[in-house]
Amino acid sequence: MEDAGFILGSYFLTFATVGLFAWRTLRSGRKLADQIPDDDKYWL
Amino acid sequence: MTTIDPARTELQPSEPQPSRRSTGTRATRLVGIGCITAMGWLVAFGLGFSPADRDQKESVRILYVHVPTIWLAYLAFVVTAVSSGLYLFTKKQSLGWDRAAGASAEIGVAFVAVTLAVGSLWGRLTWGVFWQWDARLTTTALLFVTYIGYLAVRRLGGSHQQRAKRSAVLGMIAVVEIPLVHFSVKMWRSLLAEALVANLDGDLRWTGSCCSASSSASSPSRSCTSG
Repeated sequence: MEDAGFILGSYFLTFATVGLFAWRTLRSGRKLADQIPDDDKYWL
Repeated sequence: MTTIDPARTELQPSEPQPSRRSTGTRATRLVGIGCITAMGWLVAFGLGFSPADRDQKESVRILYVHVPTIWLAYLAFVVTAVSSGLYLFTKKQSLGWDRAAGASAEIGVAFVAVTLAVGSLWGRLTWGVFWQWDARLTTTALLFVTYIGYLAVRRLGGSHQQRAKRSAVLGMIAVVEIPLVHFSVKMWRSLLAEALVANLDGDLRWTGSCCSASSSASSPSRSCTSG
């Protein structure tokens, strides 16, 4: 594939950003979830 | 305010162990699985099954991620504006709307950042440079900086209601930039657009396919692809 570095780099950049954002959101959610009692965790 | 009872955190051996680390519901898990499947589909088609474009060649594959990211950012900023409006103009003034606005703005900023970065890679292949002060690129950068400012304003001091109110006002003003970005190519004749207009002998099929494929990129033209 011509210009594979740029093309694969753009895909990597996109998915890495989405992955990092998802990871950050989950980590933040888990930290908040740890602060409340299990009985109040309506999603369980 | 909810307090945590340390005695409740120790589970009895006979009690069923809840998944303490999980924060998802069945619906959010389904959405997550759907997202991962869709991303796999995008990679397969964007990098594999889709043929190269006649004129842009392989670089057109970048547009399959570049264009959706800016549309996602637009959507996120519209959600921010709507949530801000619901906070400001409903009687209850629920801080839930304010939180939704802030969360959505964060998503939008992340996707605009991706748009700018990936767009610069596409620009390097198409124009030979990473950046041009074109109307579309400049207004997109302005959109990015504006919402960085919005997120900064959310961190300013004051009570929750004061912060929510000032962010909501900014969130509703900033969304006006979206049509500015999207129609910037028509509103201002940048160097790129002028080359396209002045080039009366241009191949309309080429420019048409190029413009439709790159709806969020700066209007490409033959003169630009040649550097």
